[in-house]
Amino acid sequence: MKKSDYRLLSIVTILLLIVIWQVVTFFEWIPVLYLPSPVAVFQQFYNVATVGYMDATLWQHISASLSRIGLALLFAIFVGIPIGVAMGVNDLVHATLDPIIEFYRPIPPLAYLPLIVIWFGIGEFSKVLLIFLAIFAPIVLSTATGVRRVDIVKVRVAQSLGATRWQIIWHVIIPNSLPEIITGIRIGLGTGWSTLVAAELIAATQGLGSMIQSASQFLMTDLVIAGIVVIALIAYFLEMVLRRLQKTLAPWQGKNY
Amino acid sequence: MSVLNVDHISAHYDDGLHRNCVLDDVSLQINANDLIVILGASGCGKTTLLNVIAGFTSPSIGKIELDGKLVSEPSAERGVIFQQDALLPWLSVLENVAFGLKIRGMPRIEREKIARHFLELVNLSKFEKHHSWELSGGMKQRVALARALASDPRILLMDEPFGALDALTREQMQELLLNVWSQTHKQMLLITHDIEEAIFLATELILMTPRPGKIAQRLPLNFSQRYVSGESARQIKSDPEFIRIREQVLEWFFHQETVRKSEEGI
Repeated sequence: MKKSDYRLLSIVTILLLIVIWQVVTFFEWIPVLYLPSPVAVFQQFYNVATVGYMDATLWQHISASLSRIGLALLFAIFVGIPIGVAMGVNDLVHATLDPIIEFYRPIPPLAYLPLIVIWFGIGEFSKVLLIFLAIFAPIVLSTATGVRRVDIVKVRVAQSLGATRWQIIWHVIIPNSLPEIITGIRIGLGTGWSTLVAAELIAATQGLGSMIQSASQFLMTDLVIAGIVVIALIAYFLEMVLRRLQKTLAPWQGKNY
Repeated sequence: MSVLNVDHISAHYDDGLHRNCVLDDVSLQINANDLIVILGASGCGKTTLLNVIAGFTSPSIGKIELDGKLVSEPSAERGVIFQQDALLPWLSVLENVAFGLKIRGMPRIEREKIARHFLELVNLSKFEKHHSWELSGGMKQRVALARALASDPRILLMDEPFGALDALTREQMQELLLNVWSQTHKQMLLITHDIEEAIFLATELILMTPRPGKIAQRLPLNFSQRYVSGESARQIKSDPEFIRIREQVLEWFFHQETVRKSEEGI
């Protein structure tokens, strides 16, 4: 089979699922309360996109969620990459910071959300901080790994061209770690997105998580499903953007250069 | 005065149990226009010697002087070319060649002009916009050569630069290297385990023996000068004199091996 054939097969799977869903709901084999029809979900989607829900349109819910994760991501990149590089090139920094990061990294962020709420309340800051922490660890660890994996021959060539230690870090080590850094961002963004939606389920008035949480309380199953689909699509979209970015910024990755 | 003076170098390393001697009292001088080739079996310390000269590792005993000045760490005065290409894949061929000049703070226009000159010298002008993963093994080593030359080093150190190439490319690269050598008048030190390559290129051939690595023989040769004066490579390599020396060196290596084995009681 050709590559395009496989893609076609994937599309067929999705379409088939929607058709089964439509058939099941058409004959009402499952009550509408539990499973509304795809058409109803789409109508609800259209409705929330134009009219809105909870005093906010779908777009406002999406942008509330995206701006939280965007802000957290920005901070995580600006803080995480330098720390990761420092940990990668300096054993002292690595030994100092590694236990802190390795301690909190495996904890599900929602486990320390209550603590963050006690310390900082339930405002925007707490949510951004929570997502920041979720994204930060993978970025730092991937960056440090990438830096440590640098080919000694590349460093030596730069040295014998007269490069100083800082020039080697800036011109050789950091660009060389780019694939790992972006992988860290991808992993972090995945964790961050799931953490964000979960955090919004608990405490928020705007955002995709709070939208479906509220909809569920009013038994608006169609809106809950529409929300889930939007959350999934955004996660998929973010992943695709980052994969494209990785291909553009580090086209040598996986090639025998 | 010699350009590079390697003065009684010894190198040891401790593996916790034993003190291993990698280099034992190695001395050599490189004078203007020399193309010195070090030939030896693996484990004879030739790469360690090059690393010491380049400044990547320091010797346990002895000193290295370049133009009479003591050297202890890597610098742009000693360009290095490794066996595996060490091009930076995020830079184009032109940017790779200009890299050393960029680090020095030379403005873009100036450094690209110099880089283009050296790309032309290694016949790669058409590939300046390519990236390293788009090049063949031989082309990568030509870029590495141009990059090392662009920084105008006093001496060029090469660690089995053609070791990873196929036989045909290898022959072409040897000729290219001699052309570059005659045009740039650079002093060079090349390490190889290929006997024919060593004899063809060297103005002085240094034979090393392993455990501990030391210099066993030095042979002044003139085949590279003959190539530069216009004789063809094949003509030189099939010359009875060339073949005689090749067999002599080969025999010497086999003899060394027999002696070593009998000493170790194998």
